[in-house]
Amino acid sequence: MDRSSLLTPLYEWHVAHGARMVDFAGWSMPLQYTSILQEHAATRSACGILDISHMGRLRFEGPGAEQFLAALLTRRVGDLRLGQVRYSLVTNDEGGILDDVLVGHYHDENGQPFYVVVVNAANREKIIRWTDDHLPRARAEARGQEVVVSDVTRLWAMFAIQGPKSVEVLQPLVDADLENMRYYNGELVRILHPAARRQGGIVSRTGYTGEDGFELSIGAGIARGVWEALLELGKPLGLVPTGIGARDILRLEAGMPLYGHELTEEVNPFEAGLEFTCYLTGVDFPGRDALRRLESEPPKRARVGLELASRRVAREGFPVLHASEQVGRITSGTFSPTLGKSIAMAYVRPDCAGPHADLRVDIRGQPEPARVVPLPFYRRSAKGAST
Amino acid sequence: MNPEQMLFSKTHEWVAVSPDPSGAKIATVGITAFALEALTDLVFIELPPPGRKVSAGEPFGVVESVKAVSDLSSPVDGEIVEANRAAAERPESLAQDPYGAGWLVKIRIADETALAALMDYAGYQSQCEQETGEH
Repeated sequence: MDRSSLLTPLYEWHVAHGARMVDFAGWSMPLQYTSILQEHAATRSACGILDISHMGRLRFEGPGAEQFLAALLTRRVGDLRLGQVRYSLVTNDEGGILDDVLVGHYHDENGQPFYVVVVNAANREKIIRWTDDHLPRARAEARGQEVVVSDVTRLWAMFAIQGPKSVEVLQPLVDADLENMRYYNGELVRILHPAARRQGGIVSRTGYTGEDGFELSIGAGIARGVWEALLELGKPLGLVPTGIGARDILRLEAGMPLYGHELTEEVNPFEAGLEFTCYLTGVDFPGRDALRRLESEPPKRARVGLELASRRVAREGFPVLHASEQVGRITSGTFSPTLGKSIAMAYVRPDCAGPHADLRVDIRGQPEPARVVPLPFYRRSAKGAST
Repeated sequence: MNPEQMLFSKTHEWVAVSPDPSGAKIATVGITAFALEALTDLVFIELPPPGRKVSAGEPFGVVESVKAVSDLSSPVDGEIVEANRAAAERPESLAQDPYGAGWLVKIRIADETALAALMDYAGYQSQCEQETGEH
């Protein structure tokens, strides 16, 4: 293993439990413990627990935090209720996507409000620099408008507990009412287990799998104890540790973009199908003027979902063809175990992005038929619906 | 079948040679357990139809896993006499019995010289150890 890799607080647990470790955005992460397909199936049918401590976490507090974030993110921040979480983008001055993030609004034990912005591991340093560049010292220390930014990534572990059994798995461990917690909401909780040594954490009903589920942030020092406690509690319910191999299939089936693949600085939110994140009539933020302009221009390309006729995998970079002309490029592809089909996301020329457009993917010289299908590929059945 | 009595290619195919009723030598070819483990979960296998001519060192099929795609190389010159359709239809089952039910093709050997370039079990084991050390 590369000695310069960053390690999560669970690194030794992963290795001791037979995980195959791979580099992911500079972090040594478990690709799989048993089989990617088994771990994927467990998350869809019962529950998976994933170490996502590599995700960057930035904490913003102080009386000026709200205004500062509102002037950094594409989405509205001012109307975020306490306990609410929102998906947003960070764009550069040209409207290119610097990162996609979750911003959550909480208050601490003393009633002081703060925000947590969860950024992609690969973008953590970039976003910290971007934040610093937009927060000159005079601004950060302005009387009555102070903003304090701290990178808490290494201090806090983060787990995703995902799947139809996630409420049952996690509920015994926390004092929040998980059943009634709304999607994209979260709160500070007490951890009801001696392994937590009376420390608290944050639970939100969020995830990157397309299943019901939660993300739990706790101090790095208690990470291993709480992880093991959860595994023990969840075992009778079918909970299994799940690696980033399964996570990639889960998010792809759910139609969720991954930074570095579907999202880059060269892509704008309209091309990515994320225009809902752009609030262009409120607080000014970097890229807003460019996005106003881009909004009225015809897009150069569009993100689409593709379903292939063959079981072959359309991998990143493979050309997408229409009548033997290249009209796009694959950004992510996999074999979907849930659908039993090969699926992919791609950027294609807008005139080839319509539903059921007949395209081909050049798989190592072999043109394989593919058609445009609506995203997401997979949508879980509604709560309470018969299965 | 016992892998200790098989031959192995550098590209992780195993080969078991046996005579057919007519006396022709048949090479049964599959993927080693080591390679299956490295590829992770298989999702697609493409095998050639019977009658297809194959050449030593040349690709005759494709295996795709969640993480990677890889060519299958023929260890000998010859002609495909049978492909394991059952295995191709259930690629995820290959790892359960890679040296038995997980065989992929049977090749009627036209020229045996390429067999001499293959490794025995001990030689293959040391190649695998070397590759593991490199990761």
